[in-house]
Amino acid sequence: MKLLTLATQDKTCATVLMVLAAVTFIIPLCNLLTPADSPLHFSAYTVSLVGKYLTFALLGMSLDLVWGYCGILALGHGAFFALGGYAMGMYLMRQIGTRGVYGDPLLPDFMVFLNWKELPWYWFGFDNFGFAMLMVVLAPGALAFVFGWLAFRSRVTGVYLSIITQALTYALLLAFFRNEMGFGGNNGLTDFKDILGFNIQSENVRSVLFFLSGLALIIAFLLCRWITNTKLGRVVTAIRDQESRVRFLGYRVEMFKLWIFVFAAMLAGVAGALYVPQVGIINPSEFTPLNSLEIVVWVAMGGRGTLYGAIIGAVVVNFSKTVLTGLMPDAWLFILGGLFVVITVLLPDGIVGLMRRNIRSKQA
Amino acid sequence: MNSFAENLFDEDDKVKASNVVVEGKVDIRHGPILYMEDVSVSFDGFKALNKLSLFIDAGELRCMIGPNGAGKTTMMDVITGKTKPDTGSVFFGQTIDLLEMDEPAIAQAGICRKFQKPSVFDALSVFENLELALKTNKGAWKTLFFRLTGEQRDRIGEVMETVGLTALAHSRAGILSHGQKQWLEIGMLLMQEPKVMLVDEPIAGMTHQEIERTAELLLSLQGERSLVVVEHDMEFVRSIARKVTVLHEGSVLTEGTMDEVQNDPRVIQVYLGG
Amino acid sequence: MTLFNPTRCQALLALLMLVFSLAAHSDPQPAPQPWLDALDTLKQGSMPEREKAIMQLADIKDAHNLAILQALLDSKLFITKTDARLVIGTDNHQGFDLSDAVSGASLGAVGHDALTKINLTNKMRGTLRKIIGELELSADDPKVRLAAVKAMAKEADEKAISLLRERAGQEQDEAVREAIKVALLLQDMDSEDKAVRIMAIEGLKAYDSQEAANRLNAMLEKDENGEYSEPDADVRNLAKASLTNINNRLQLYGSIETIFFGLSLGAVLVLSAIGLAITFGVMGVINMAHGELMMLGAYTTYVIQQLMPNYLGVSVIIAIPAAFVISALAGIAIERGIIRFLYGRPLETLLATFGVSLILQQSVRSIFSPLNRSVATPEWMSGSWQINDFLSLTWNRFYILVFCLLVFVLLLQILKRTSLGLEVRAVAQNRKMAKAMGIPTARVDAMTFGLGSGIAGVAGVALSQITNVGPNLGQAYIVDSFMVVVFGGVGNLLGTLVAGFSLGIANKFLEPFAGAVLAKILVLVFIILFIQKRPRGLFPQKGRAADS
Repeated sequence: MKLLTLATQDKTCATVLMVLAAVTFIIPLCNLLTPADSPLHFSAYTVSLVGKYLTFALLGMSLDLVWGYCGILALGHGAFFALGGYAMGMYLMRQIGTRGVYGDPLLPDFMVFLNWKELPWYWFGFDNFGFAMLMVVLAPGALAFVFGWLAFRSRVTGVYLSIITQALTYALLLAFFRNEMGFGGNNGLTDFKDILGFNIQSENVRSVLFFLSGLALIIAFLLCRWITNTKLGRVVTAIRDQESRVRFLGYRVEMFKLWIFVFAAMLAGVAGALYVPQVGIINPSEFTPLNSLEIVVWVAMGGRGTLYGAIIGAVVVNFSKTVLTGLMPDAWLFILGGLFVVITVLLPDGIVGLMRRNIRSKQA
Repeated sequence: MNSFAENLFDEDDKVKASNVVVEGKVDIRHGPILYMEDVSVSFDGFKALNKLSLFIDAGELRCMIGPNGAGKTTMMDVITGKTKPDTGSVFFGQTIDLLEMDEPAIAQAGICRKFQKPSVFDALSVFENLELALKTNKGAWKTLFFRLTGEQRDRIGEVMETVGLTALAHSRAGILSHGQKQWLEIGMLLMQEPKVMLVDEPIAGMTHQEIERTAELLLSLQGERSLVVVEHDMEFVRSIARKVTVLHEGSVLTEGTMDEVQNDPRVIQVYLGG
Repeated sequence: MTLFNPTRCQALLALLMLVFSLAAHSDPQPAPQPWLDALDTLKQGSMPEREKAIMQLADIKDAHNLAILQALLDSKLFITKTDARLVIGTDNHQGFDLSDAVSGASLGAVGHDALTKINLTNKMRGTLRKIIGELELSADDPKVRLAAVKAMAKEADEKAISLLRERAGQEQDEAVREAIKVALLLQDMDSEDKAVRIMAIEGLKAYDSQEAANRLNAMLEKDENGEYSEPDADVRNLAKASLTNINNRLQLYGSIETIFFGLSLGAVLVLSAIGLAITFGVMGVINMAHGELMMLGAYTTYVIQQLMPNYLGVSVIIAIPAAFVISALAGIAIERGIIRFLYGRPLETLLATFGVSLILQQSVRSIFSPLNRSVATPEWMSGSWQINDFLSLTWNRFYILVFCLLVFVLLLQILKRTSLGLEVRAVAQNRKMAKAMGIPTARVDAMTFGLGSGIAGVAGVALSQITNVGPNLGQAYIVDSFMVVVFGGVGNLLGTLVAGFSLGIANKFLEPFAGAVLAKILVLVFIILFIQKRPRGLFPQKGRAADS
């Protein structure tokens, strides 16, 4: 309840929360309860498309926590999303069982294809849903922990940190492209059959996945809201503005950065895990530096340091992307590039900043 | 590394136990609370500190003066752990080796610093700034679940009263004037309940009345705490100082009362005849 | 600025002279009558007459004649059915591309059935092969002679050996003489006489010959009866020792080659990083579009080649200043249009310039094509420098290495000696102070950024010679070049040089063990760990200024 009161103090924030709740409940319900020809019915395509946006919104929000609140411009955040996605993908691969092309009960098709005789050790346990879900948060969390521990402790900051985070995701991209890594190489993991025994292609499962994505987003939003309003949130903001001063107050800055970085990585992992069953594939392209930079644009577009700004930004940018790549496939990169420039030069506070300015000028 | 891991699970940041006779207590049985001996720091061949030796007694208010580049700020950097000296030793009390500690550890041990440029957190309110400075467990998890006790709330109120910012408790620190920011930072120092306060140019940007109140405040703190005040304003230094140390080219030129110092021909030479 | 470099001018001059001399060489010479007669016999005659004609041709020592004989041996010499002309045809899958055998002039393409091939008996082929060898052995070009000697050494018979012995006396060229010596020694290895064999092995020790290594290996092999092909144990031991010797040298050459590859990769890294070292290191501006400025340079090379397809050799040289100007202008536009609004906000600069990089990429995709364009390598840059049988260094990489060092020295001089350089350094150290002293900081910023971007363009020209030119060219290098700058220490050009070369060499030494991709990952991980240890790179800037 305290979380809710916190969330409703701010009008924009309350509105966003209400819209989110409405979307989360209404779209799956309409999809399930109305006949296909009803005007209230959403197609399976729409459901999985909006579901994808919801996972992106969660991903954007997790980056906002790191960048908007703690001032760490992480250019490799997509790596955590991808790791969460791979953990989910591994579970889904194990679920295929004998229904693969080669019909091997244990090995996924690509391993049979590579003439592998046994399952690599790191694939064990992924047939268990609980274990896989644990890995969804632990794998990105562990990577963020090790990387952050090294980086923050030696006080790598600013653009240096940005560049080595980019190098991190770049290195992972190269690594996951290798067949020897045992994650399906170039093709990644795909051809999923079912999840917890339910057909992954069915409308019901899609609606449930959609609902879970919405729910995860709402819960994460409330959680982030709460964190940013605790003393820890204030320390983190203080670190963003004057890192060394915080140190002289007796706080171990690296611990706080690490805490927030690992938490955000775990959220990104959850987003990735929800994303994969809805789009039906996970491959190394999720690790490309460009993907991570797109997340930054969502957050910058929406307005950083507000959480809901990241949600708005993720949805607006991705919706535009869907529409525009359909209409003029060549124009998208121009627009994305233009967005980077326009936002940073003219709109440093993004859409939320623009709305606030409007409201203020109306009140005046 | 070890302390780092401990910290993760929210162990209290302890002062290195092996160095302390009574844990958490600073050993001042021999008088001085801060020892700097033969400390040298050089940047690209430039000696910012040159075999500086300095002793601050417990409860003392010491003023440091000296021309630009004399090494005043570098000295504070060394004491607070920001800069590691090339040679020399720095002890807090008899037993705590400050050179083995980093900034947060030194701050928690009880040495706090006000910067030359007022450094407050603009995005946070006055109250929140003070709350962050509050002496308490500063581990990440503890901070996440931290709730102010009534006592602590009172303490923040008290400090706000002292530095005259009660009316602005919930204003963002960013909107404060330069002088108010200086005070807020002094207030943050008080919240940390330090044993040694290093105060770098506290009165820059203050009005005459504000300067007087600052002088009163600093004077009222001595005895309970040790203070090292760096200031260029001789008037102000004269009004608070018992003992003045003059730094020149990274080492101590002379020490004594304000009158002694001002009549020392070497000091006159340094200030006037450069 | 690179335009008025004296060394560059000399290179240009030399190149022009080369072009002219090549043109002069292809002038048609009057054909001697006996030659034409022999060719006529070859065309019309029966098999024995053909043989006679071949023998006649054998006496004519001329490069063109040699080409005809070679074509005859390779079954590329034809008679056209329509006008019974002697032509050389090269198969182009649909038919033949023809050139006149006598004049060498191109005659266009014809179908497969428009020609009659001049057939040979096996005996004639054998003769022909020897004749060609002989002719080549006395050719004017020492390179042809060298190749002939090496070919003969592999399967030498009595005749060839006597030819070689004969040639050894009169050969003027050092390299050819040595090669003949090796060939004769190789021949001696088959001798019945043990002493001669031992002498041959001893003699071969001093040479880096692949053939010698093969023969020594063969000596130590056992046949199916378990007998060594070399019966004598003494000779075998000597052969073994000699082989180890050769293998050791082989290892040494391998290392030299790896270092060379590393240096050339390093040169590419340095070239792509020094522009960045200026914009990032000196100005503190993160330019994520740096890779795309390199890409612009590479495309400039491509466009210039398209504009002057007949002057490949010169086009690359012209592309250097052109790419510099184009990338510099683009850089200045970026600085004036975007970056100057973002000074002091490095993270925002990073994002905005990243946007620019996307726009540039897509522009290139829209204007040229999303596919890679291939930029031709001029003749003087292709091929390799064959030092011995085991070691050859490719010219294009060699030139890039030299080019990289030239650019580096030039840049250092610009920063050290010119007034622009002085202003740049002044602004880098203390912007406010520089402004107060009357330095036009805005102009200096634009010029500095232009300089860094121009060098990116020049790097693009170099890249176009070793990799495909495509819209993603820049992206492939941006992370690497940032790594080089950060590894070397920001604001330190020499650090960039050292870092680039050491990363290049490290990468190449890791590759054989780890594979190219893993090597790259390892290097990345190493740098990430290195930055943890020394956040300011190999050659850090010190002092209070460095803290802020």
